[in-house]
Amino acid sequence: MRLPASGATTAAPVLEPLLFELEREGRAGRHVRGGENADALIPAGFRRGEPLRLPQVTESQVVRHYMHLSEVNYSVDTGMYPLGSCTMKYNPKVNDRVAALPGLADLHPRQDDASVQGALALLWELERMLVKITGMDAATLQPAAGAHAEFTAMLVFKAYHAWRGEGATRRRMIVPDSAHGTNPASAAMCGFEVTTVKSDARGNIDLDALTAALGPDVVGLMLTNPNTLGLFEERVRAVCDAVHAAGGLVYGDGANMNALLGLTRPGDLGLDCIHINVHKTFSTPHGGGGPGAGPLCVKERLRPFLPGPGVVREADGTFRRSSDDRPRSIGRVRSFFGSFGVLVRAYAYMRTLGEEGMVETSEDAILAANYLAARLKGRYALAYDRPCMHEFVLSAAAQKKKGAAALDIAKALIDEGFHPSSVYFPLIVPEAMMIEPTETEPKETLDAFADALLRIADRVESDPAPLHDAPLTAPLRRLDEVTAARHPVLRWKPPSRP
Amino acid sequence: MNRNPYSPHTEADRREMLAAIGVSSVDDLLGAIPADARRPALGLPAGMSEAEVQSHLASLAARDRPAGAGPFFLGGPVQRRYIPAAVPALAYRGEFLTAYTPYQPEISQGTLQSVFEYQSLMSELLAMDVVNSSMYEGASAVAEAALMAVRLTGRKRVVVATEVYYQYRETLRTYARGPELEIVEVATRDLAPSAAGAACLIVQHPDALGTLVDVRPVADAAHAAGALCVQVTEPHACALLEPPGKLGADIVVGEGQPLGIPMSFGGPYLGIIACRDALVRQLPGRIVGETRDANGTRGFVNTLQTREQHIRREKATSNICTNEAIAAIVASVYLALMGPRGLRAAAGLGVERAHRLAERLSALEGCRIGDEGPFFDRFLLATPLDERTLHDALELDGIEAGGVAGADGYPGRSGLVVQCTEMTTEAEMDALVRGVTRIVTGSGEKAAAG
Repeated sequence: MRLPASGATTAAPVLEPLLFELEREGRAGRHVRGGENADALIPAGFRRGEPLRLPQVTESQVVRHYMHLSEVNYSVDTGMYPLGSCTMKYNPKVNDRVAALPGLADLHPRQDDASVQGALALLWELERMLVKITGMDAATLQPAAGAHAEFTAMLVFKAYHAWRGEGATRRRMIVPDSAHGTNPASAAMCGFEVTTVKSDARGNIDLDALTAALGPDVVGLMLTNPNTLGLFEERVRAVCDAVHAAGGLVYGDGANMNALLGLTRPGDLGLDCIHINVHKTFSTPHGGGGPGAGPLCVKERLRPFLPGPGVVREADGTFRRSSDDRPRSIGRVRSFFGSFGVLVRAYAYMRTLGEEGMVETSEDAILAANYLAARLKGRYALAYDRPCMHEFVLSAAAQKKKGAAALDIAKALIDEGFHPSSVYFPLIVPEAMMIEPTETEPKETLDAFADALLRIADRVESDPAPLHDAPLTAPLRRLDEVTAARHPVLRWKPPSRP
Repeated sequence: MNRNPYSPHTEADRREMLAAIGVSSVDDLLGAIPADARRPALGLPAGMSEAEVQSHLASLAARDRPAGAGPFFLGGPVQRRYIPAAVPALAYRGEFLTAYTPYQPEISQGTLQSVFEYQSLMSELLAMDVVNSSMYEGASAVAEAALMAVRLTGRKRVVVATEVYYQYRETLRTYARGPELEIVEVATRDLAPSAAGAACLIVQHPDALGTLVDVRPVADAAHAAGALCVQVTEPHACALLEPPGKLGADIVVGEGQPLGIPMSFGGPYLGIIACRDALVRQLPGRIVGETRDANGTRGFVNTLQTREQHIRREKATSNICTNEAIAAIVASVYLALMGPRGLRAAAGLGVERAHRLAERLSALEGCRIGDEGPFFDRFLLATPLDERTLHDALELDGIEAGGVAGADGYPGRSGLVVQCTEMTTEAEMDALVRGVTRIVTGSGEKAAAG
């Protein structure tokens, strides 16, 4: 893509100059004026010595700069994101608009309950809906993301075992080898040792390996269901029963909840808690990396340990923040109530769908994934050939032998106009390509995506070498990530400063 | 008709897809779910049209009283600040807002360059070497800074000043339950003498009550004891005050919400974390770095990823995955628009108004500024009345008067923490002076003239 010239000159070719490369001394906006007397109110020893070296640019330059940058960014608004494990569904615009209502966006988190009754009512309703969807009994809306919820739950588990007098002995967390990297990282942050258990030939947790790993020192199991292979754990109750029999707790990683809405409830399957990535399942925009929100829903026996406060409804219909129902709370895991603006979007989405819409969401997500798997499995190896849930994993091991690895196929997808699938995850499938179409892509888009992957498979058969150069049509060619890590340049520096 | 309004599939589409799969219904794909746990009734309400949802949310919003509906002096880590019109217009464009984490840099340069610019702008503001691409928010950033210091020093004792925001200290104590750290809380003046055996000293400047703190002796004491100095700060304050990088801080953390992000009842926000070059391998979270593509064109990528959970799993520096990228982009658009003059103006107006207001309030009978020493843009107002009594009485007058220092957990303090920004108006200040006068001295007349 060729962008209009900004007039800036840079030492090397660039897609778009940096703000600092656009500046001229003396340019200034007029967004806020005044305050010149403040320096005199600050004792000399505390005053900033060196001038504040932010770029001096006009508003029109800033607008064009970010418009140019927006043009070289792929997004759900511009195309399909078949990223396995990420649930990149369409993000409805009304949700953004309601989150920006002054009565929701301009609230300070320390305002008194009486002045935020609408916000508290929304959170209370949302909490109840999440609890019903997951089959749990209580929830905390505080965690900022899935990994934050995992850490919160690990602290809850630790407090639970300590309260039962087993805090000193239960120090080991079991994590399947198909789990997201956040699972073992969250367990480690909680001071737990991590035991990995392998998957069996059908993509389930190997029950024998699990049984062998269980013992009186076990905190519990972190279970993703459907797992990162997109497969529903076929013996989920036996797995939970085994963990419970050993005195452990079962944590549900809800990253894949988009497969289960109204089709089954984790709470009915034996799980003790589950988090929800509302930025996946409930369609809040991912923001190029965040924010998310990760409400954690738990069974009654874990409620007393949740972070506080929650929202309670009084007999007269008013709402207040309270920690009364969590006497053994682990404390707060962030400053305030949670990613409220994200939760508002999720609430609006859930009210739009209603129960029937949610069920259809998961049905269509499962249908789309199985359809794509059916179209592709003749040309790419399906890692586990049984009905999948909302996503599935192909292996490009055969293609790699012919000269094009999963990475090359991913980059070739860019030249076909698609964002690549997730690659090299889960770790247990060689040359993994993990595909999650979501329920919001029309069949013609699913077909175009399948056609693109099939064309790439043909190219691998006939002439794989050019795939190493893909992408050729993107704003940039492949980037040198090795040099970036070996010689990190992590910020712009003025030319005069080494 | 579809039950999910965002579903694109017609019944004919669904039939074709089922036929291609070789099943007759979706239920044929659900065999792995235990039969007795399949398709439970959830008891959720029926769906709504977009118009109905808009109206429902508007009715909820109408039950709230947004900041600015009356005199407003709440602040602390979350501040009512002016947001230039171009900030949401640019940063919330769908190309940025609905993008995924930039794992495919060839088609993600918008996000990557914007975040690199955030890192650059924030580094300048803080005078620090490295800023990561964002943490969740201020409190968890403080906790992650402490964990980082623990990894770097191999010590498990963390000393934090009681003048650090109480939410930050509470969150730190929660996080400390994981690796079982010893958290020691002492007054700011006692930080330096407590350095022996510590992983870090955590100091806030300006502190939770607005007071300016001499960070240098704290940093010196930390370094002499082999500990790190973690400074909690605020972005606007760094425009006018000597920045943390010049005060000896090794790790800097703070809340980025005042940089163009709505208060939004507690989030989503922007956790700032910065460090010296030498510590970067222990920094948590994503970092964007500069590189070149195969044609030699400059580009940006996620880098130093061997610190992160998707590579290192249980040996990662943190479990953080989803962060607050769009908030970092908001902050960079905000800083670009404001420029050095605009940022100093916004910060300076808060300072001027806080000092003018403090002068008027401390002239009232029985009222004084509760902490000695210079302050920045908020201050502790001590009166003869119990802090909660005064707060609630002002609340009845429609005045959001600020935090209550004693109940909030600032030892030895009692009174209201009054925050000013560029949004604080003369009329709001008049209202507060009038209210305090009436409630504290029992006379409303004197203040009306003042």
